[in-house]
Amino acid sequence: MNIDSIKNGFVIDHIKAGNSMQVYKYLNLGELVCPVAIIKNATSKKMGKKDIIKIDGNIELNLEVLGYINHDATVNVVKNGEIVEKKHLELPETVTDVIKCKNPRCITTTEQDIQHIFKLTDRENRVYRCIYCEAKAND
Amino acid sequence: MKHLIDIRDITTDEIEQLIEKANDIIKNPEKYREKCKYKKLATLFFEPSTRTRLSFEAAMMELGGNVLGFSEAQSSSASKGESVSDTVKVVSCYADIIAMRHPKEGAPMVASFKSDAPIINAGDGGHNHPTQTLTDLLTIKRKKGKLSDITVGFCGDLKFGRTVHSLIAALSRYENVKFVLISPDELKVPGYIRKDVLKKEKCEFVETSDLQEVIGQLDVLYMTRVQRERFFNEADYIRLRDSYILTPEKLDTAKADLSILHPLPRVNEISTKIDEDPRACYFEQALNGKYIRMALILKLLEID
Ligand SMILES: [Zn+2]
Repeated sequence: MNIDSIKNGFVIDHIKAGNSMQVYKYLNLGELVCPVAIIKNATSKKMGKKDIIKIDGNIELNLEVLGYINHDATVNVVKNGEIVEKKHLELPETVTDVIKCKNPRCITTTEQDIQHIFKLTDRENRVYRCIYCEAKAND
Repeated sequence: MKHLIDIRDITTDEIEQLIEKANDIIKNPEKYREKCKYKKLATLFFEPSTRTRLSFEAAMMELGGNVLGFSEAQSSSASKGESVSDTVKVVSCYADIIAMRHPKEGAPMVASFKSDAPIINAGDGGHNHPTQTLTDLLTIKRKKGKLSDITVGFCGDLKFGRTVHSLIAALSRYENVKFVLISPDELKVPGYIRKDVLKKEKCEFVETSDLQEVIGQLDVLYMTRVQRERFFNEADYIRLRDSYILTPEKLDTAKADLSILHPLPRVNEISTKIDEDPRACYFEQALNGKYIRMALILKLLEID
């Protein structure tokens, strides 16, 4: 795969340096059969260093998850070798089954088959809280 | 409103309706004696809380309804590993309305997603206990005739006391309520109450460790227990404990129409000598708990 030119797919740009493996994991890119390239520590005028992920394939990209784990990334949609769209991510109102609540007193720690849902409660500070127990995500 | 999981889910108008209904029940109890005839309330108490359970059961009985349920997880299928979802799906086939207490935070919300019958959160761990807050609001309204333009003192353990947190949140929505937060430094209200509730709603509040100094300003004094297990060492506990015990002497400078509330059970934080003082409202508060639960059951069952 020539990482500079993908034909149909996505370039996830401006990933915070060091975060690409996390993005890879949360977007389940390991399950793809199409070519995927991870570029770490690329030089960026804006960020100093950044990570980039290129995906050469028409897949369904979960922008909600991406918005949650790396809000500042941009997604370039590539068709026939050209960027046809630049998507800026939004903080999703809710994230479902992406992260789990770490509060040991939360019902999600014992209840089987429960959806793990977090809600954006403070946009300014990007705070997500478990809808069941209100514990902060990643606290 | 279909369920009651969190006091913040209901509007001040809905709270007002519940208070009005409770007042009408207190005035005309005979009118309500058969309102819930042939209806069943299930009390699913995955952890024991005799006081709260009896209050719910008495409420349903006074409406002419019946009650069924369990009072601890050992006597339920939960001890065999059944999920909250499954328990509630089954019980909602038998009961018209469910009051649920559970040690895990968020359990009643999970139940509300699965149940056709209305769910009332009767306490989920240290998280929410909305019928206690409704009880407190009814008591304040009956004593003061209003929920706005009052100075409310909270005294004792303001850090871990969930009844304090939800009552502050509920009262912060009313006009011109001034909060006086009285506690040792170790047990001050958590930061999110200060930031997300009091500052956000632009409430006037002061924090102090001296009950005596501020008691004269208060219209309502909400007492809570300072528990031994909240302290790292016994010496601190003993030193602080007595400052937060309400005695007749401490009431000397209090207003003549102060209302003293306490969610009960109390241990020693209010001297029993105060029980006969007309300002003591905590037993009346417990009684109000039954009336507001009656009002709530009627509302959720859509019975007028
Ligand atoms: Zn949780």
